[in-house]
Amino acid sequence: MNAMATTGAIDCDIHPAVPGPAALLPYLPPQWRDMVVQRGVHDLETITYPRNSPLTARPDWRVPDGKAGSDLGQLRAQALDGFGLRYAICNCLYGVQVLFSEDMAAAYATAVNDWLAAEWLDREPRLRASIVVPVQNPEMAAAEIERRAADRRFVQVLLPAQGDVPLGKRSLWPIYAAAERHGLPVGIHAGGSYRHPITPVGWPSYHTEDYVDQAQGMQTQLTSLVCEGVFSKFPELRVVMIESGFTWLPAFLWRLEKYWRGLRMEIPWVDRSPSAIIRDQVRFTLQPVDGPPEAADLLKVIEHMGSEELLLFSTDYPHWQFDGDAALPATLPPELMRRITVENPLETYPRLREAIAS
Amino acid sequence: MLRHVVAPASAVPPGGRMLAEVAGKKIAIFNLGGEFFGLLNRCPHQGGELCRGTTSGLLEAAAPGEYRYTRQGEILRCPWHGWEFDIRTGQSRAEPQRIRTKAYAVERASGAALAEEPELRAETFPVAIEQDYIVVDL
Repeated sequence: MNAMATTGAIDCDIHPAVPGPAALLPYLPPQWRDMVVQRGVHDLETITYPRNSPLTARPDWRVPDGKAGSDLGQLRAQALDGFGLRYAICNCLYGVQVLFSEDMAAAYATAVNDWLAAEWLDREPRLRASIVVPVQNPEMAAAEIERRAADRRFVQVLLPAQGDVPLGKRSLWPIYAAAERHGLPVGIHAGGSYRHPITPVGWPSYHTEDYVDQAQGMQTQLTSLVCEGVFSKFPELRVVMIESGFTWLPAFLWRLEKYWRGLRMEIPWVDRSPSAIIRDQVRFTLQPVDGPPEAADLLKVIEHMGSEELLLFSTDYPHWQFDGDAALPATLPPELMRRITVENPLETYPRLREAIAS
Repeated sequence: MLRHVVAPASAVPPGGRMLAEVAGKKIAIFNLGGEFFGLLNRCPHQGGELCRGTTSGLLEAAAPGEYRYTRQGEILRCPWHGWEFDIRTGQSRAEPQRIRTKAYAVERASGAALAEEPELRAETFPVAIEQDYIVVDL
C-alpha cells in the first residue's frame, strides 16, 4: 500500500556518502590535494552515524565493503525505484564542518559540491542536492552559494544543526541573505561539529542519548532563528528542519508563544506570533516519525501543529528509520499523504517547481 | 450609559494612576499627559491586577537591532506574566486583535458642567463647581 503512496513522491532527505577521502581528491585544488595526501588527512567523519550502529543503515541498505549510501546503483534501485520517487534531495553529511581551517573547509565544501554534481546529479536526473558550505566562515559560505546557485539542481543550502554558535546570530546572516536571494531554502540537518556537548548539560555517554538529544539542538536552533529575527530580516527565507523529528513541535510552540507574550518587548522584531512565523517559514522532514503509541493519534499531533503544510516527505535513506516500504505512516488520510509527498515539497522548493514546469 | 464621578482630577496627576471601584467594577485609571484612560483591572490572561503593573514605552523594530522607542509611559505590563497592554485602547501588544482588556471611556469634566447633569452619580464625595473631576462612562 505504501509503495503506491510514495509513487511520484519527492524525497527531501537522502544521504549519498563520500566513499572515502580519495574520492574527493580529483575535486580539490592541487595545493589541497597534495596537503591532504601528505598530511594523511583521514575521512571527515563525525560521530553522528558510527559505521556499525543499527541506525546508520538498514541491514538491507548496507553496501558490502563500503559506506551505506556510497553506491549510486544501489541508491537508484532501493530509494529512487524502490519508492517510485520523482525527485530526491541529496544531503551529503561529509564532516566539512569539523575543520578548523576556514580555507580548508571552503576547499572541501567546493569539492563535495563538485563531486555531488559530477558523480550523482550528472548521472541521475531524479537527484537534486543541497549545497554544502563552510559554515566556519559565513562570507566564504555565501561565496559558495553564489558559485553554485546557477546550477538549478542545487535546491537548498545545508547547515549542520549544532556548530559553534546558535544559528540565528547575525554573524551567519550572509548565508541567509545569499540563500534568500537565490530562492534556496536553508536545510538544517541533525548533527554538527561535535566539539561542543550536544546537550546543554554536558556530554552524554551513549549513542541513544546522542540521538534522542538531537531534538533539543533542533529546538534551540528554531528558538534562535525566531528570536534573533532571521525570519523578520529575511521574510522570503524558508528553513527546513531535517531529521529533526516533528512531534515535539506543538509543545515547543506553546512554550515559545507563552514566553514571547510576556517578553515580546525584548525582541520587538518578532512582531507576530512565533507560531505564525514558523508555520509560514519553517518546514520539517517526515522521518524519523516519533509517533504516539496509538498510530491514529498522529493525526492529533498534526492537528496541534496547526497546519498540514509543514511536513515534507523523506525516507532518510539509508538510515534505519522504518522497515520495508513503510516510509509514510499508514494512518494518514490520502489527501494529507499527497500534501506531504508532493505539494508541500513543491511549495517549499522553488527549484523543484521550476523543474516540474519545464 | 451611566456616568460616574470617581475622583477629583488632581488625585491622578500626569503619569499617575488610581484604582477606582465603579458599580462593582474595578477600573484602573491612568493619566497620560492630562488625558484620562480606564482599563478593567484584570489581565485577560490569568487575572493579574493591571493597576499594579509597570509602564514603559512602545518598543518596536522594523528589523533586528533597529529599535524604535515611542509613547513612553503608555504601555502597561501586567505584574504577573509581563503581557503588555496599550493604555489608550486596552489592546495587547502581542496580539492586539485577539487579546485585550476592556477599556472604559474616562474624561475630565468641570464641576460646573457636572452640576448640570441630572443623571450623574458622584460616589462618596461632594462635587464643587470650581474643580475638575474624573468621570467614567459605564
